[in-house]
Amino acid sequence: MPQVTLTVNGKTASVEVEGRTLLVEVLREKLGLTGTHVGCDTSQCGACVVHVDGLAIKSCTTLALQVDGSKVTTIEGLAAADGTLHPMQEAFREYHALQCGFCTPGMVMSAIDLVEAHPQGLTEQEIREGLEGNLCRCTGYHNIVKAIAAAWPVMHGKALPAAAE
Amino acid sequence: MNAPFEGIGASVRRKEDLRFISGAGHYTDDINRPGQLHAIIKRSDRPHANILSIDTTAAKAAPGVVAVFTGADTAALGSIPCGWQIHNKDGSAMAEPRHPMLAEGKVRHVGDPIAVVIAETRQQAKDAAELLAIELEDLPAVATVTAATAPGAPLVHDGAAGNLCYDWHIGDKAAADAAFASAARVVKLELENNRLIPNAMEPRAALGDFDPSTGDYTLYTTSQNPHVIRLLMGAFVLGLPEHKLRVVAPDVGGGFGSKIYHYAEEAIVTWSAGKLKKPVKWTADRSESFMSDAHGRDHVSTAELALDAKGMFLGLKVHTLANMGAYLSTFATAVPTYLYATLLAGVYTTPVIYTEVKAVFTNTVPVDAYRGAGRPEATFLLERLVDAAAHDTGLDRVEIRKQNFIPRDAFPYQTPVALQYDSGDYFATLAGALKTADWAGFEARRTAAKAKGKLRGIGISTYLEACGIAPSKVVGSLGARAGLYEVANVRVHPTGSVTVFTGTHSHGQGHETTMAQLVTDQLGVPFANVDVVHGDTAKIPFGMGTYGSRSLAVGGSAMVKAMDKIIAKGKKIAAHLLEADVHDIEFKDGKFTVAGTDRAKTFGEIALTAYVPHNYPIEELEPGLDETAFYDPKNFTFPGGCHIAEVEIDPETGVTSVVNFTAVDDVGRVVNPMIVEGQVQGGVAQGIGQALLENAVYDESGQLLSGSFMDYTMPRADNLPNFHVSTENTLCTHNPLGSKGCGEVGAIGSPPAVINAVVDALREYGVRHMNMPASPEKVWSIINAGRPAMAAE
Repeated sequence: MPQVTLTVNGKTASVEVEGRTLLVEVLREKLGLTGTHVGCDTSQCGACVVHVDGLAIKSCTTLALQVDGSKVTTIEGLAAADGTLHPMQEAFREYHALQCGFCTPGMVMSAIDLVEAHPQGLTEQEIREGLEGNLCRCTGYHNIVKAIAAAWPVMHGKALPAAAE
Repeated sequence: MNAPFEGIGASVRRKEDLRFISGAGHYTDDINRPGQLHAIIKRSDRPHANILSIDTTAAKAAPGVVAVFTGADTAALGSIPCGWQIHNKDGSAMAEPRHPMLAEGKVRHVGDPIAVVIAETRQQAKDAAELLAIELEDLPAVATVTAATAPGAPLVHDGAAGNLCYDWHIGDKAAADAAFASAARVVKLELENNRLIPNAMEPRAALGDFDPSTGDYTLYTTSQNPHVIRLLMGAFVLGLPEHKLRVVAPDVGGGFGSKIYHYAEEAIVTWSAGKLKKPVKWTADRSESFMSDAHGRDHVSTAELALDAKGMFLGLKVHTLANMGAYLSTFATAVPTYLYATLLAGVYTTPVIYTEVKAVFTNTVPVDAYRGAGRPEATFLLERLVDAAAHDTGLDRVEIRKQNFIPRDAFPYQTPVALQYDSGDYFATLAGALKTADWAGFEARRTAAKAKGKLRGIGISTYLEACGIAPSKVVGSLGARAGLYEVANVRVHPTGSVTVFTGTHSHGQGHETTMAQLVTDQLGVPFANVDVVHGDTAKIPFGMGTYGSRSLAVGGSAMVKAMDKIIAKGKKIAAHLLEADVHDIEFKDGKFTVAGTDRAKTFGEIALTAYVPHNYPIEELEPGLDETAFYDPKNFTFPGGCHIAEVEIDPETGVTSVVNFTAVDDVGRVVNPMIVEGQVQGGVAQGIGQALLENAVYDESGQLLSGSFMDYTMPRADNLPNFHVSTENTLCTHNPLGSKGCGEVGAIGSPPAVINAVVDALREYGVRHMNMPASPEKVWSIINAGRPAMAAE
């Protein structure tokens, strides 16, 4: 069976895969990184979003062989070594942007990519459109949008946002 | 610095969030057991067919395959039970056909399980399932209640004549007829409540495990109520006694009702694990979820409202056909009866109500409770009917509601359909919503929108729901086959920290936070020193789980009762230590004090004394500080409120946008306002989804056309507005917290508000009613109905 080598959350891993093995299967089943979820089979829900070489992708529709040699970041790799949360994780907690938590890892990974791709600023409408590829059934998105807006200045080194109401 | 306030009323940030935002959540599919096998369910792709033969030879010979089971292997096992028996008008019991875990001789809906293939890996099981040779003989099928009740319709079950599960009624028909005979006007509507697919983001999963050394079974499952699953599966399907069966529902990724029920796959993996002496795991693909998770709603109704000359409601008559699907799911039969028809008084003084409900079998996925369950159907019907009455009489939409409201001083209020409301103030929630939504300023916004070429409308819904289900005696008399109390075990540890074991289950609701706040509030124990445990029958004494917005009203009340016992015992210990009479001991802010003195013992000191009873009234009092309470509710709770939607329609595309949404709800005492707002926002999103986007569609032959997220329109971030959500509360009078419940209000109140707004926006086109969803195609067709057909290109 072919071998794939990935750097996942800073650690190098080599795993045997089949041609049809998906990246999400490598993460969840071979590397035990179960924070990345599978919520659909049509690449619609975004629960499986991870970063590959710095860009958000859907790991449920990416073959492991396609990303051989890549750097992968999952939800487990966001916090600093001392446990300090990424500003997006912190904002999701502060703004109650999650309920059941199942869509949250993919939502956070997409949100980080969205904020990083918009250094000049993000309107509410841009955030809503930027979340087109992520489904949440619990929150109605209201607080997710707020959390992302609040994380933007922190991630771009601007002033800390005011605390949530 | 003072410690932050973390008791009842504080928007404490959630305890559970750290694991969820770190990827450390522990969902069923994240669990793997040593030696685990993988199950793939082969499902019917036909709506209705005889199974002529199943050849498993090739599948069994495929690499990695351990076993293939079909209905022939499980035929001796029990039927998946229905938890609520409804009686027909004539007193006879409903039709209750066998619901096998694997199809026996016939398949009755697309998605019906035919066989299970179990292999060493999931891919091997999938590959082998492709090798099953199944010969089916198609039978004519019925997908809708209308088709199923037509004369000569094909039968879904031979034993259910006319495809009827039951023909039930409630209310006084003669009195209703008399009210209609005396009416100045009768307003009539034909309504459909569209079929929905719940689509919790986590697909269902189940992992069965068997320990040959003890004979103990464990089922890990995506459930809202593990004790109920243990009872239904253990006692009725597999014949396993409770003490040999543990059911664990770990982190569950959303439920909305769809994870209440006992599903075939749970029994399949548990039974297979015992048979093969190895763990067996099944996880649904989303495609399987679409065709195997219980769907929601799907009513076809006729409603008539009798009014006097001034627009006062004199009587209501309703006739409803409710789709049950192909088999009876756990609570299916209760939804269109006791969770629907009993709600048809709403917030109004309508003196007479008569409702007939026929529950109908069809060749579709079973239908059961989905967020709101029966109450959204009742609310949509009633609030659309009231708007139609305003339309027909020319009365103002707000005024006709107000003049028919149950007055503030009329509580407790006995409705003509069995329920007795304990408290409410519909004028207050109405006034709050009208103000927040700037109802008075709407016409200016309509004019402004018109200038931009847009059609703007505003809609209102003043609604009520019954939840916190419910008194066991009452539901028992109505056909429930279980009690509906709740259980809490409050365990104070020797150093004064606390673990709460609750029979409710959290799958997004934030119980680990809210319930810890109750302990902080009542016992004065710091929030950080309280843990809440749920979802494991091996840890929790018992419980009925979470649905019907019952966790705080019923489960929280059980906690209060258990904490009352802790305090009572603590007082006895304190009286001994302080050499005072127990009646002189007061408990406040975490301290037991001799009244009128400064002599006191802290809660921690009392806890330590209870576990190290060296100086202790050991003759009269057992050591330890650990109390359990079962709380049986005295009544339902009755949240209600007012929702106002403002929509804008683009006449070029027919797309309806919700530009403003206001919800002012009465949910009783609020423990965590942040969590309540989140619950309402999420419920409203599902309600807007039902009103504008979502629709489960079967074609005439019974094929599910909306079988994926590419066909079934889930609300996305750019389909929804920001919500203006607030509460205006009256307290529940019969439970110790005064809480009513907040999980379903959003999904119940919002759909008619949105449709009323769409109808208002389209009033110049003569629209009086529209069924859901108000899709762009439907709206565009109305706007363009008068336009000449375009020439063919």
